[in-house]
Amino acid sequence: MVAPKDLPLQELYAPGHRLCAGCGPSISVRMALKAARGPTVVVNSTGCVEVSTTIFPYTAWRIPWVHALFENTPAVASGLEYAYEALEKRGARKGKVDIIALGGDGGTFDIGIQALSGMLERGHDIVYICYDNEAYMNTGIQRSGATPRGAATTTSPAGKVIPGKRGGKKDLAAICAGHGIKYTATASIGFFTDYIDKVRKAIEVDGPAVVHVLAPCPLGWRSSPADTIKLAKMAVQTGIFPIYEVVDGKYRMSLKPGKLLPVEEYFKLQGRFSHLLRPEFKEELEEINREIEGNYRRILGLAGEQVA
Amino acid sequence: MYRRGGVFTGEGVIPYTGEGSTVTAGSAVCTQIGCAYTGNEAVAYAAKQCNVDVVAAYPITPQTIIVERFSDYVANGEVDTKFMYVESEHSAMSACVGASLAGARVFTSTASQGLALMHEVMYLASGLRTPIVMGVVNRALSAPINIHGDHSDMMGSRDCGWIQLFAENAQEAYDLTIQAFKIAEDPAVQLPVAVNLDGYTVSHATENMKSLTDEDVARFLPPRKPIFKVDPSTPISVGGMALPEYYYEIKRQQEEALRQSRHVVKRVGKEYGDLTGRRYGFMEAYAMEDAQAAVISLGSTCGTVRSVAKRLRAKGKKVGAIKLWMYRPFPAEELISAIKGLKALAVMDRAISFGAPYGALCSDISSSLQNTEVKLKVLNMIYGLGGRDIPPATVERVYRDVLQAARTGKVEERVMFLDVRE
Ligand SMILES: Cc1ncc(C[n+]2csc(CCOP(=O)(O)OP(=O)(O)O)c2C)c(N)n1
Ligand code: SF4
Ligand SMILES: [Mg+2]
Repeated sequence: MVAPKDLPLQELYAPGHRLCAGCGPSISVRMALKAARGPTVVVNSTGCVEVSTTIFPYTAWRIPWVHALFENTPAVASGLEYAYEALEKRGARKGKVDIIALGGDGGTFDIGIQALSGMLERGHDIVYICYDNEAYMNTGIQRSGATPRGAATTTSPAGKVIPGKRGGKKDLAAICAGHGIKYTATASIGFFTDYIDKVRKAIEVDGPAVVHVLAPCPLGWRSSPADTIKLAKMAVQTGIFPIYEVVDGKYRMSLKPGKLLPVEEYFKLQGRFSHLLRPEFKEELEEINREIEGNYRRILGLAGEQVA
Repeated sequence: MYRRGGVFTGEGVIPYTGEGSTVTAGSAVCTQIGCAYTGNEAVAYAAKQCNVDVVAAYPITPQTIIVERFSDYVANGEVDTKFMYVESEHSAMSACVGASLAGARVFTSTASQGLALMHEVMYLASGLRTPIVMGVVNRALSAPINIHGDHSDMMGSRDCGWIQLFAENAQEAYDLTIQAFKIAEDPAVQLPVAVNLDGYTVSHATENMKSLTDEDVARFLPPRKPIFKVDPSTPISVGGMALPEYYYEIKRQQEEALRQSRHVVKRVGKEYGDLTGRRYGFMEAYAMEDAQAAVISLGSTCGTVRSVAKRLRAKGKKVGAIKLWMYRPFPAEELISAIKGLKALAVMDRAISFGAPYGALCSDISSSLQNTEVKLKVLNMIYGLGGRDIPPATVERVYRDVLQAARTGKVEERVMFLDVRE
């Protein structure tokens, strides 16, 4: 694993953008670009990162960057890849370009999943990074297919009878790995050297690769900006967001399985889960706990490991 | 007898000089190859000769043959184009935008539902100033589902900021596709172009036509020289957020580019004419010099209209016909100069603008006439929806009505729905 002291000092993602203090997605972008290996182009879907990094005439991107629409980032990236190849064949340009397609959870899990599936199936040499802040934050915290069960958002509010989002998070890694791609990984900005390593591996893979990175959002999670990295770690340590790789179909845990932290500790730091700690939703909390553990065991099983 | 062409010289208004556009009128300087193609094959062949770098497309009737033919070219090694078999038209247009931003020459084609699905991305393509060329095989829109020709698809996209050309037959589909690349990629334009051809009537009918040699196409259309591109050599940000203090200027510039593109359309049409003898512009005027009543239309119907006009001329009726090749940017001034001597004009719309006072073409013409001194009666004919045939007898009735309006100065019904069971 890369040591922090060996990370490049060069910042391809400049300061001065307008994302919130303590913004996890912003950190995820800065770190991803530390993994760049050479000439790189980023295609970015509509969402917090896009709207807050490029307000015209400014830009925080020191490498070529394209925003097209909310749901078509994988297709636009595919077009760039084909164009570079075609132009190279004709002698109109030279040299490999690494293409990173970057989308939020809404742009990836929901509205853009068809375009992503097409990109993976066609086998483009593109790294897709989904920064997952577990809701549509740019439009004001609405639920997405990545919002975890029980979380309150503006469209899955914690009411008197319904305690936040119904249904859980889609298994994005399995969906992507199911396309038979060589490399899929989940990561967390809380374990940033692991995350940067994964982005680099994804870049080095010939063909499509996906990195799904958890990136807390203080505004939407109603947490302290100072707790962003802490929460990103706890999500992994509670088992709610296990981190692993799927290499050529084989699962491998990124951390040695240890005893899971109680999920209540994680929930306590976030306003979006506060209702679950109230007595009337005790059963819901128990159910969530069972689901988290069940899912964690399932992933461990896929990786051929046992709960400690 | 009427006089044939040559006299009327409105800007970009090309007098009709031959039987269809298929007969070389005047001075072709290049070798041309006699061949027989359907409209779809003609478009695919033109795109092949234009040596496109990237094609991203999705099948839909009646456009599918364009993608199939192009796939054959790829499979047989006749082109070195990268063909992306995307999972939807939304992705087709998106991939085209990406490829075009990278500096490639890009082509796609679609129809109907596919065009509707692209709608969002079409605004992106024009807003990011990507010179994509798209063949649109015009077909009706659901519901009810119908695979036959009309202009509902393109009329729904008429304000997307694209240059929009309409072909009457396979020859024009071929000629306009080649010109489209040159227009789109011109440094002063940098906008996408749609070449429309009527579903089945043009797309599936085999016609005799003439094609250019690959060498002549290459001379006419040198490789694309992008004025900016997304490439590691130049770290630019494209497609960022523009707030109220900038957005409007960007859109105003885009509109100006579209308006000014008329000059390039005209110049390219002339250059193409100098090369092939088939001259293009904004519209073709048939027997308009002394006409009192005329019919204006788009696409394949223009042939039927012209042949009826010819017969009526032979009977001494002072009628003319206008075929509009360029629908966007709308050539308002040139059209007015062509119709100002008329007493009445019938406008053929092959789509309904639901709830609007007129069909789209008629609305454009009526509003163009506002604040001018030109006084003529305008009749709007909606026709041919979902592939309903438009026989010469129907066009004769249109001429009868428009001649009557010219004579009496009265219009009974502003909008007529032709050949429909009420
Ligand atoms: C077709 C379309 N539908 C809706 C929107 C509005 N919209 C913009 S960003 C966004 C949510 C983005 O969510 P996500 O992808 O999770 O990114 P985040 O804002 O959380 O960074 C939505 C709904 C849009 N731009 N385009
Ligand atoms: S709302 Fe959340 S994701 Fe968006 S900029 Fe703020 S912290 Fe970042
Ligand atoms: Mg999000």
